[in-house]
Amino acid sequence: MKTLWNNYRYLILRRFTQIGILVLYFGANAWGWNILQGNLSSSTIFGLVPMSDPYAVAQMLVAGAMLATDLLIGTAIVVLFYMLIGGRAFCSWVCPINMITDLANFTREKIGMNKLTGVKQPASRKIRYWVIALSLIISAIMGVTAFEFISPISMVHRGLVFGLGFGWAAMLVIFLFDLFVLKNGWCGHICPLGGFYSILGKYSLIRVHHDADKCTGCMDCKVVCPENQVLSMINKESLPVLSGECTNCARCIEVCNDDALGFSIRNLIKNNKTGE
Amino acid sequence: MKKKQVTDRRKFILNMARGVGIAAISGFMWSAYIDEATASQLLLRPPGALKENDFLRTCIKCGLCVEACPYDTLLLAKPGDNKPLGTPYFTPREVPCYMCPDIPCVPVCPTGALDESSVTTDGKLDITIADMGVAVIDEDSCIAFWGIQCDACYRACPILGEAITVEYSKNERTGKHAFLKPIVHADACTGCGLCERACVTEKAAIFIRPREVVQGRAGDYYIKGWDKNDEKRLKNAKEIKTTTELSKEKAQDKLNGNFLEDMY
Repeated sequence: MKTLWNNYRYLILRRFTQIGILVLYFGANAWGWNILQGNLSSSTIFGLVPMSDPYAVAQMLVAGAMLATDLLIGTAIVVLFYMLIGGRAFCSWVCPINMITDLANFTREKIGMNKLTGVKQPASRKIRYWVIALSLIISAIMGVTAFEFISPISMVHRGLVFGLGFGWAAMLVIFLFDLFVLKNGWCGHICPLGGFYSILGKYSLIRVHHDADKCTGCMDCKVVCPENQVLSMINKESLPVLSGECTNCARCIEVCNDDALGFSIRNLIKNNKTGE
Repeated sequence: MKKKQVTDRRKFILNMARGVGIAAISGFMWSAYIDEATASQLLLRPPGALKENDFLRTCIKCGLCVEACPYDTLLLAKPGDNKPLGTPYFTPREVPCYMCPDIPCVPVCPTGALDESSVTTDGKLDITIADMGVAVIDEDSCIAFWGIQCDACYRACPILGEAITVEYSKNERTGKHAFLKPIVHADACTGCGLCERACVTEKAAIFIRPREVVQGRAGDYYIKGWDKNDEKRLKNAKEIKTTTELSKEKAQDKLNGNFLEDMY
């Protein structure tokens, strides 16, 4: 039992926060709880502390909307949290889509889809940055928040809190896409919100650190990692994972049997020395 | 034959061109979808909502207004509703707006898409100046216009006697009965939809539509000369000169000249 906890402790914690946040939102709408009201686009904690999705606000800004004070405060809170502390943790600790894409990944491995497609990925992980640019251009031209009109993330979390409608189709599309079309397709290649947090969280303090002396080069971490390009230092150098694309999901820490990976606070001075 | 060399520079340029090309394709498809999705003008928004164009760019789709509504009037558009996704709306025939005096849905809006100042008079929230839409009566299906006595909408109206009044007139068909016809006064109507909810006909004969959709605009060339306030609009009026064959010359010259010859 202890090893089970050891092997899945972060996964369990992540599911707990992901589902817990959804339950709090759901309770606010269904039973009038006031712990966490609204949804992932914008919400309030105890009706007091505002939080807003900075990517949605960026689209509003270029669309020419007047930004209210509450919104700016809420955005600042979210931006500061991920920029200074969490990094891209939104993707693996909050976003409900993560559960769908994790399931797709799990199924992919189980049915042997990875063997069929091989290791080489046919698409660039830079697509998400193109989508960000495109969403801002369309927002500016059309005067609406472009991504918010098609975002499957919003469809799913809003759907789970306020009523799903055809939102299940969005869930299915993402699942099938990740299962059959592209490994880590949505979260690791296309999603502009993930791209946005990659940029935002690039210099955050919480990092996965690698100890190359302990590493035996089994590469289990690279297999399990949804953004495995960030693990380029494995078995080579003792470095923290510095890419903003790391979602701090900690799966690599759990699968490592050699204790060569672990969370710690980024050492700013040391990183300066290594040129980062 | 000499093989064409793919240099790094060429590779980079080709990759960028490819990216821009794919982005253009998706950009057009994306824009086309948004254009379609935001084309609907028949949605009824919560009280205090900005004009539809501004509302669409300002609403962050958080649902705080929906949660604040004590009557479950407000809903967020779901996929499949064929409405701009995630934006709040209401369907008065199902649940109308009960016009809470404290308007709980408006102050919670974090973005100002629901504008508190538009429902405030003298520093106090005032739901009676809200403008969610305006009631329209279909006289062909309204049974009061047939001569059957019904004042359901009049009684249901929260601004009774101002937004809807009843007009008496003689029923010429019977010669001895009266019509009691409901009349909507668009300037007082908030579009809450209690009348639409109350309407007894199978499909409501009185219904709410956004003001922009049902109201015309006289423009600045037509002024109520007897209304001092209305005359102020005159200064917005711009002169437009229309020239036709006939109006090229002054009327007098035209009439004194060989005007008739030109005509025939």
